[in-house]
Amino acid sequence: MNRIERVNDFVVRFANVNGSGSASANNLFARAIYRAGVAVSPKNIFPSNIQGLPTWYEVRVSGDGHLGRRAGVDLAVAVNGQTLLRDYREVLPGGYFLYDSTRALPDEFDRDDITLLGIPLTTLCNEAFSNPKLRQLLKNIIYVGALASLLDLDFTILTEAITSQFTKKPKLAEPNILALELGYNFAREHHPGRCLLSIRRQPRDERILIDGNSATALGALYAGATVAGWYPITPSTSVIEAFERYAGRFRREEEGTRKVAILQAEDELAALGIVIGASWNGARAFTATSGPGISLMSEFFGLAYFAEIPAVVIDVQRVGPSTGMPTRTQQADLLACAYASHGDSKHLLLFPSDPKECFDLTADAFDLAERLQTPVIVMSDLDLGMNEHLSPPLHWEDSRRYDRGKVLHADDLDRLPGKWGRYLDVDGDGICYRTLPGSHPEKGVYFTRGTSHNEYSGYTEESPIYQAGMERLQRKWQTARTLVPPPEIDTPDDDCRLGLLFFGTTSHAARESISRLAAAGVRVNSLRLKAFPFSDQVIEFINRHRQIIVIEQNRDAQLRTLLLAETGVTADRLQSILHFDGLPITADFISERIQALLEPSTAAAGDTQGEQV
Amino acid sequence: MSDRKPEFRHPKLTSNAGGYSRRDYEGAMSTLCAGCGHDSTTAAIIQACFELSVPPHRVAKISGIGCSSKTPAYFLGKSHGFNSVHGRMPSVATGANMANRDLLYIGISGDGDTASIGMGQFGHALRRNLNLNYICMNNGCYGLTKGQDSATADLGSIGKRGAPNLYNSIDLCELAIELGASYVARGFSGDKAQLVPLFKGAFAHNGLAFIDVISPCVTFNNTNTSTKSYHYVREHSEATNTFDFVPLQQEILTHYQEGSSQEITMHDGSMILLHKGEPGRDVTNRLQAVTRLEAEKERGRLLTGLLYVNPASRDTHDIINSCQRPLNSLVDADLCPGNAALQELNATFR
Ligand SMILES: Cc1ncc(C[n+]2csc(CCOP(=O)(O)OP(=O)(O)O)c2C)c(N)n1
Ligand code: SF4
Ligand SMILES: [Mg+2]
Repeated sequence: MNRIERVNDFVVRFANVNGSGSASANNLFARAIYRAGVAVSPKNIFPSNIQGLPTWYEVRVSGDGHLGRRAGVDLAVAVNGQTLLRDYREVLPGGYFLYDSTRALPDEFDRDDITLLGIPLTTLCNEAFSNPKLRQLLKNIIYVGALASLLDLDFTILTEAITSQFTKKPKLAEPNILALELGYNFAREHHPGRCLLSIRRQPRDERILIDGNSATALGALYAGATVAGWYPITPSTSVIEAFERYAGRFRREEEGTRKVAILQAEDELAALGIVIGASWNGARAFTATSGPGISLMSEFFGLAYFAEIPAVVIDVQRVGPSTGMPTRTQQADLLACAYASHGDSKHLLLFPSDPKECFDLTADAFDLAERLQTPVIVMSDLDLGMNEHLSPPLHWEDSRRYDRGKVLHADDLDRLPGKWGRYLDVDGDGICYRTLPGSHPEKGVYFTRGTSHNEYSGYTEESPIYQAGMERLQRKWQTARTLVPPPEIDTPDDDCRLGLLFFGTTSHAARESISRLAAAGVRVNSLRLKAFPFSDQVIEFINRHRQIIVIEQNRDAQLRTLLLAETGVTADRLQSILHFDGLPITADFISERIQALLEPSTAAAGDTQGEQV
Repeated sequence: MSDRKPEFRHPKLTSNAGGYSRRDYEGAMSTLCAGCGHDSTTAAIIQACFELSVPPHRVAKISGIGCSSKTPAYFLGKSHGFNSVHGRMPSVATGANMANRDLLYIGISGDGDTASIGMGQFGHALRRNLNLNYICMNNGCYGLTKGQDSATADLGSIGKRGAPNLYNSIDLCELAIELGASYVARGFSGDKAQLVPLFKGAFAHNGLAFIDVISPCVTFNNTNTSTKSYHYVREHSEATNTFDFVPLQQEILTHYQEGSSQEITMHDGSMILLHKGEPGRDVTNRLQAVTRLEAEKERGRLLTGLLYVNPASRDTHDIINSCQRPLNSLVDADLCPGNAALQELNATFR
């Protein structure tokens, strides 16, 4: 039998029961690899359930630094009886199967192309520990110890991690370290040299391992958000939970009061209503939600757009339609967000692709929302938000000042020559000056409304006035195109006629595909989109290439639809690679599809529309 | 606001303690039907603000959608106003209040806006005890969409549309008491003498003050078969008490005290003196308040006046322990922890 033999390049998949305490053990494993200086991408594949259903944790180890998901399991750590057979069958030929050998495997486990790594987890655990709760939790730690031996992972990294985790409760560290040793020693004695996968230390860089939602929360904290209205929904909940945690630490006053108001609302309508009310009144406010919440917020999006009130919304996308697969990932809210609400309304979208960008773009979202007096939606997703990612460290430029936009305070109003109008386009950029309630006894008062209004915010049903207002909003949209973060463009070859276009969590897998193509001698240009509306750079990039392949994680090619609608590009120039099964897209998937698009099929050969590069 | 009333100052125009004239509390010309109850309610709001010398620019008016929700354009023209979306005034008011706890918030809603589409938000603003004066102009119908029965229309009541209402009505005051409002009153747009002190008490109150104002719709629900008509309400209302509102600065005159059966000291030190209450009645007792409402309903009477008050109430800011400074006044230096702290945070992710 050929055993898979690889250093720093494999996938370990843990199969656990939800709620059995496996998460911290699995995280410990991933963090240990990270601390060994090897790039690691853990993915939770969990059920919409609190306890009892199967859950998986996939760890891709990549010495070359690839951060996208890779399909296929080289080593399964199977400790869930419910899925044991399935986990066994899914191991790649030549791979490894670690299981609890307290009980023998049934007869149908009869593959001869994989290596079994039996560790009597239950027996070891029960012999060493008597507390039933500890027995359950530490079983997970034992297999991590075993993995350290099997993968040649430096054992001290694990013990150090445990010690630092329990600095405040050193008593708890002891049994954990004992459990690690039990697994480590058993594997060393019983399976020496059987596993040919190994971890080799690499020099560590400055990157951190952090989930996107924590970074998003920090972005909001640093940007000065003081009001948050929200309603619990996976996978966005941990944004607010993290915000609350950090606010508890950084926004506490000496008297114990807090410089923040976080309200769990009755639903997402109220959550956005709270944001709009607070922003109208001059505070920085935000909410975090997912698809179903976006649907509910629709009416308020239109109000904020039309009455021109800043609003920051974090959409941590999950699989739709409807309740869909609440614990799987997708990029399928683009159209719902871009055009949320009835009538002609449209909103800015920002697309982070790693935790650092969750931080940066969330902070930018507040500046943009106040500068442009309109909603800005940060389009994260479950993969980015809830999994830990290797990310450049977060950074805040201390000289940076919040851009609070065009707000006239009392002294500005006193100095103002002539008559102020809330919706007067004084500067010609479509952005008008607003005032805040309570600021001046005589000046700057206006009536905010979602009904059609004139430049002085008075109600109007005069068609030309209504139309001029809508055109002015369109002018503001043009201004927005110049203010949004520019795309990241990579053009290794000026003459190349093929461009890949992608965004968000598709980026890692797309880049991996690009490097594989390059290794095979095929050079492509690429653009990673960071915002909607599309800036001139995006349009130029598209126009410079004969063929653009838009890669996204939804069924309906939503980004392609947006590009067609907003840039005037013709449909034949944009092709799609679409991935929408709910698991993060992989480089294999993208490479195969690109290959297929590049090789002219017999059908396409005579078809001018299918002109290939 | 092109329909501003002509700006002229009557020489005899008196000003209040704050130096404001009544004109300072007025708004644009109303576009509601002549005789609409909402306009009288608006007039009572103006009167209450005038008497309390509220600085107009320190008020924020927020409403939903409906004829009633249009009224913020018709009072306090020197205050910022926000006519939001149908049924969602409470959440917008919540956000606004969170941003700046120092303004006086007047929330205007209708019975459709509150008891149907906005029922959820209504309930939760009550539960959080938001420092908001929630005024529901209750006409038992949807005025702006031409008179359909609302959820506060009484069983069997017949409006302009001619068909008896098939369902039981929702008593917003009872609900408000049960869901946590800390000041609950019912008034009638036709009884300004009662309404003005109810508003003044509400404005002085810390927490959610809910005032259900029966405010007849002359166009669609003022028939002689409607229980929300001027005539019916006059005939069937039962004042639970009358009261005087005594602002903090004002000396309490003895003749007030003589007839009063209960004195309530409000959050800001002002007082409510209740008269004519039955002996043993305690307006700070929730259970009594609900029982009384039910008992009068059984007798076919509509109870008005101050129904319940908890003068020691803690509002949302008190509950969540937010800082005294308005959140919207905090600047970068108050809010941003800086890069050094961020670098320490980075270390926790290594
Ligand atoms: C989402 C939504 N649905 C329906 C409407 C139409 N609509 C406007 S006002 C109104 C009812 C208003 O009734 P009420 O709150 O009692 O106010 P009134 O006009 O009686 O003062 C309705 C249904 C709307 N504006 N928005
Ligand atoms: S329709 Fe009814 S509620 Fe609306 S303005 Fe006329 S009288 Fe008032
Ligand atoms: Mg009504």
